[in-house]
Amino acid sequence: MSELMNDSSSLPAPPPWSFDPRRLGRLGGLAGLTMAFICLIGMPVKIDTVPLIERVLSRGYTSLVWVPVVFGFIVASQVVLEGMQARKRGLGDIIDGTVVGGIGGFLVGLLAWLINNYDIRDPLINWSPALYDFLSFSKGTGFAFFIWTALGLGLGAVGAGLQVLPTAYRRIATWPAIAIVSVSVLEAAFSDLLENLKLEFVADAIYAKQRGVTVKGAIILAVLAAIVAFGRDRVKTVVASANANGTVLPGAALLNNVAASTRKKISTTLGVVAIFVVPLFLGRIMHELLANVGLFILLALGLNVVVGLAGILDLGYVAFFAVGGYTTAVLTSPFAPWWTPELPWFVSLIFVMIVAALVGLIIGAPVIRMRGDYLAIVTLGFGEIIRLLFLSDWLSPYFGGAQGITNIPGVEIGVTTIKGTDPRAVFYLVMVFCIVAIYASWRLENSRLGRAWMAIREDESVAEAMGINTVNAKLAAFVTGAVLASFSGAIFAAKAGSIFPGSFKILVSVILLVVVIVGGMGRIAGVMVGAAVLIGVLGGPSQPGLLQEFGEYKLLVYGVLLVLMMLKRPEGLLPNVRRSRELHGDELTQDVWIKAQIEMDEEDNSATTEGEVAPA
Amino acid sequence: MTVAVRSKSAYKKSNVDFFLSFIKVLLVLMVSVGLLAFIAQQIDPNNPFAEWRNEGATRLGWPALKGLLIAGTIQGFMYGLIALGYSMVYGVLGFINFAHGEVFMVGGMSGWIVSEKLFETGLWEDAFLLALILVILVSIGVSTLTAVIIERVAYRPLRGSPRLIPLITSIGVSFFLQYTVSLLLGPASKSFPVLPEWLTKDRTPLDISGTQIMVLVVAIVSMAGLWYYVENTKTGKAMRAVAEDKEIAALMGIDVDKTIVRTFAIGGAMAGVAGIMWGLLFKSLIFTSGFLPGIKAFTAAVVGGVGNLGGAMAGGLSLGVAESTAPLVLLEPLGIPGVSQLKDAVAFVLLISVLLFKPTGLFGERLSDDERA
Repeated sequence: MSELMNDSSSLPAPPPWSFDPRRLGRLGGLAGLTMAFICLIGMPVKIDTVPLIERVLSRGYTSLVWVPVVFGFIVASQVVLEGMQARKRGLGDIIDGTVVGGIGGFLVGLLAWLINNYDIRDPLINWSPALYDFLSFSKGTGFAFFIWTALGLGLGAVGAGLQVLPTAYRRIATWPAIAIVSVSVLEAAFSDLLENLKLEFVADAIYAKQRGVTVKGAIILAVLAAIVAFGRDRVKTVVASANANGTVLPGAALLNNVAASTRKKISTTLGVVAIFVVPLFLGRIMHELLANVGLFILLALGLNVVVGLAGILDLGYVAFFAVGGYTTAVLTSPFAPWWTPELPWFVSLIFVMIVAALVGLIIGAPVIRMRGDYLAIVTLGFGEIIRLLFLSDWLSPYFGGAQGITNIPGVEIGVTTIKGTDPRAVFYLVMVFCIVAIYASWRLENSRLGRAWMAIREDESVAEAMGINTVNAKLAAFVTGAVLASFSGAIFAAKAGSIFPGSFKILVSVILLVVVIVGGMGRIAGVMVGAAVLIGVLGGPSQPGLLQEFGEYKLLVYGVLLVLMMLKRPEGLLPNVRRSRELHGDELTQDVWIKAQIEMDEEDNSATTEGEVAPA
Repeated sequence: MTVAVRSKSAYKKSNVDFFLSFIKVLLVLMVSVGLLAFIAQQIDPNNPFAEWRNEGATRLGWPALKGLLIAGTIQGFMYGLIALGYSMVYGVLGFINFAHGEVFMVGGMSGWIVSEKLFETGLWEDAFLLALILVILVSIGVSTLTAVIIERVAYRPLRGSPRLIPLITSIGVSFFLQYTVSLLLGPASKSFPVLPEWLTKDRTPLDISGTQIMVLVVAIVSMAGLWYYVENTKTGKAMRAVAEDKEIAALMGIDVDKTIVRTFAIGGAMAGVAGIMWGLLFKSLIFTSGFLPGIKAFTAAVVGGVGNLGGAMAGGLSLGVAESTAPLVLLEPLGIPGVSQLKDAVAFVLLISVLLFKPTGLFGERLSDDERA
């Protein structure tokens, strides 16, 4: 699109910047409401105990101050209409941002005043003196008004300024902030890693005693990040100019000799090695976290086959996880209430696969012909039915009902047994299965079946007309997903040592859906990164993530993420190329059409100027 | 659609078809055996069926059955009220608005806040009817507002995208609303103030409690109002036109956006009524209260035929009755213990069987061709 904008100089000039009080008022009000909402759900007070930067900024204030920046950024952005030129950005935009931020900040001051003067703590549990003290820095209402309006003005200007800056400079400004926040969030993991690598002095330099980054550490990080951003930009410009001039840079020959695919292979290998080596230097808590993340990666890879490749929205995916877990429990545990064959884990895995595939067929067969949205709700129903059955008194002689099944032995490998007491071993086991899952989904994606799935995802009727047996293909997707989920269930059972119906709520399915969608449907790397980041940082349905204090808010955040992703980027953060083309197909066609229109107009114009006489 | 075309042509039956027929036969068998066992048990407790029924089973007499039927009907009316919103939105926009159950919950919760406040001021006891009307109005207002805001923020930008995208969005909205309420008002269950005694006591001849009568009256009045609105006013006509074909409706001078907003508003209002009635009937609400009733109400909409308002009502009633009676009538005589735990499962099985036997619902769908694809 930008290409289109640049090479057509005949486009009409955009309207100049103008002061639009209604738009500013609306966005400022929204900024204020967002901050008031964050305050009233109790987030700032709750997470204020942990500093982000020692003695400078706490996580509580961080949860508010990003709002004016983002709204300033939004207000300074502009919608470039098709066939129009982009307007030059300037001081006007920064004024806009300042106003919006200021209004937002003023509203926060107003909230502090309201809390001080009215008591509606009865329904709103966070309408508390603690929140008032937090907002007014314990210095009275007047100070609250002053400080929040000032903060809003400043931060709004910063946000708008980021929008006004050219991309290269914007990166230099944002990377340090991103670096500090992520280093602070990953504190538990990093300090653990550094300690085990005998690099405690680094950890001591970056992290303060009371958690959070030290001021010195923050400055170093910011400078480093800025240098990296700057350096990256410089290299790019140098390479670009060299390419333009036709000069060969030293070292470029070497890089060019290595084909792109080889480079990709090298980076993948490095990534895999890192996944297997890094856990050796982590502590127990991190291993536990990694094991949980691994289980979710495995589940997400399975759901990716169903949702991402075949386009079947399965909201009852947790059912197969439950079936895998319960089958393992019955087959291996000596305490299973009905039948105790006490098989070793790997032998039981064969039966787990068979059972999961059968359940996949049984659930899949009735739903596979329904239209997409009915299918979603019916699979959700099946997921719930399976949980209710495991919970019921009816089947409790077989599956233990609410008491579940306990004393599930671990995974026996030759000399040792992998159990929940050694989460690192569990992590490696999960990773082995992830490799199987990745290999399977990679091979499937490029197979005849995989292409059939993608054709069905794109348009089922056309796929059928092309001779694809859609019912069989969709059933195959369902069963593949079921088997992959059952692996995860089997490992989960061995890890936890006991299994209860409460672990298999609908929530699991929904969180998995968020993971797959945020990561990027249909792309293996995207799904893995999505699972690692979301489950690792925010936490799973009942597993804590790195942001433990944030636990209460994670489901809210998952909901917001789902909506935002669908609105702004339905193809995910690391999208599958074909998938994103499917989703934005209309826009691409539109661009082509407009380009053709403009060319036609130009031809018309030149024709009229040549002919001098304009026919009526 | 494809299924219908296929069955008419010389289509070779696949294994899936055989399996589906098998499931259908199994479902029919289960229902009929359960019914036979139930009837036999009513005639003579020492019949051959009763030999393999479980020991602890309660023998269901007429009074108990009547109670179940009444409770089921009342519940069914509430499902019907929620189902109207699903049905209308599906009729107009062609996607399942998952967040509708949460609109219902938000309505109930706002009703709780107001009734709590009115109870503190004493109006709840002094002038109960006035207080009740106030509470209902506030619930309707808040849930209507919620529905309209959701439409504006989350669904309008997605109009015209593949149908699964707004569905996924609505799951996100549903989560957002649930946890917003949980975080703003606290995760504990909210109990409503005590209702006056003249209302709660049982009434002869049917032993219906006054609360149930109230729910019944309010539900019937709101449905009648909706029926009149959709069938007899100009806006209602516009709604039906938009459901039929958006583009043609726009060409006829109907403001499609406005009509869609109205559809959401009316659905939200009905959900608000259902929410406060639910709260008063069961005396408490929690932030997850909306999820299951929401899904069940969707089931009701499908049972009656999506897009069909009368169907949504009928579907709600049949779901309510089925859910309250089926466990004790069909399942217990079969020898299944702890049947009341399977109540929710019954609703889903009903959904699946309706989609298997008659995918267009009992009373037929009213959708435009685009949405049916």
